[in-house]
Amino acid sequence: MTKLVEWLAVFGALGAIWLSLVTNKVETNFNPTLILYSPVIFVALFGVYAATVVLYRVCTFNNCDKAAAQLQEEIQAARTDLAARGFQFKHQPPTQ
Amino acid sequence: MHYYLFALLALLFAIAVIIPNLNIDFATQKPDQNPNMSESSKNKYSILLPTYNEVENLPIIIWLIVKYMNESGYDYEVIIIDDGSPDGTQDAAKQLQKIYGEEKILLKPREKKLGLGTAYIHGMKHATGNFILIMDADLSHHPKFIPQFIKKQQSKDYDIVSGTRYIGDGGVYGWDFKRKLISRGANFLTQLLLRPGASDLTGSFRLYKKDVLEKLIKSCISKGYVFQMEMIVRARQFSYSVGEVPISFVDRVYGESKLGGSEIFQFAKGLLYLFATT
Repeated sequence: MTKLVEWLAVFGALGAIWLSLVTNKVETNFNPTLILYSPVIFVALFGVYAATVVLYRVCTFNNCDKAAAQLQEEIQAARTDLAARGFQFKHQPPTQ
Repeated sequence: MHYYLFALLALLFAIAVIIPNLNIDFATQKPDQNPNMSESSKNKYSILLPTYNEVENLPIIIWLIVKYMNESGYDYEVIIIDDGSPDGTQDAAKQLQKIYGEEKILLKPREKKLGLGTAYIHGMKHATGNFILIMDADLSHHPKFIPQFIKKQQSKDYDIVSGTRYIGDGGVYGWDFKRKLISRGANFLTQLLLRPGASDLTGSFRLYKKDVLEKLIKSCISKGYVFQMEMIVRARQFSYSVGEVPISFVDRVYGESKLGGSEIFQFAKGLLYLFATT
């Protein structure tokens, strides 16, 4: 079963339940207006959830400053060591 | 009546969420086949390094690979697959072969720029290891993580170990808010639609069992970084187990965002393609 079919199956089933409630094929004590707008409400709530999660993860996305600094040091060490072993660099390191 | 509806909803939830995830659990809970020391010492790791105009970075990345692999003591080789770089990358590679030996550093160039998938196939033809490690040569992937990948692989005999920027100590350097937002948003959407069982789909820092990589490449048709996505999603489809190691991704190409309009379009197309076919 592909993901597309899984999604269609679940939304089809939820849609069927919703339709049966809206058309009063199944009677409940829920507020009819609430039932009518429930898909919109769910989509809106999910949108809020998604935006919150994404923003939280953007804010907690690690900045690897230490890794970047370590890399710079290692690049210098590599250039020195390789030059000592006779490696000819195409460009000289930028003067610092 | 209420209870009946809730029961039905719960059942649907079970079908939608729990059952697909069970597959992943089965895949990751294979019986422990921890290779004992004598077996693990037979393992050899072939590091594939596709390059194009990396004359500055190639000596550094090779130096780092040699440093960290020698420290860890695993048997390895590096295969440089250069797609006819005009900047002299191959001359640099030949110099490195003289320094480190032609059995450690293999140069297997191709005439012109061809796809990433074919680069891996080309490199694997010459690989003598039973594991293949794939990484970028632009220094965004640090070789210090390779021994961690190997330890992770051995801990549960994973078929694939993938580096991830999105969990634990993983992260990025050199990305502004917009770039992070696009990356996190795209990742959220992908996780929601595909539930791939891996947190970083577009990264290309991964360790594969050789036969697993061969099978995956044969079944993947996408190009560019959608190719990396397809590899890991198909891996779930074939019930391969995937382990993850947090990595720091140091982006040194400032100002040049790889996520332009056409990349976002490519990503959306790739996502929908995988959504409909896996």
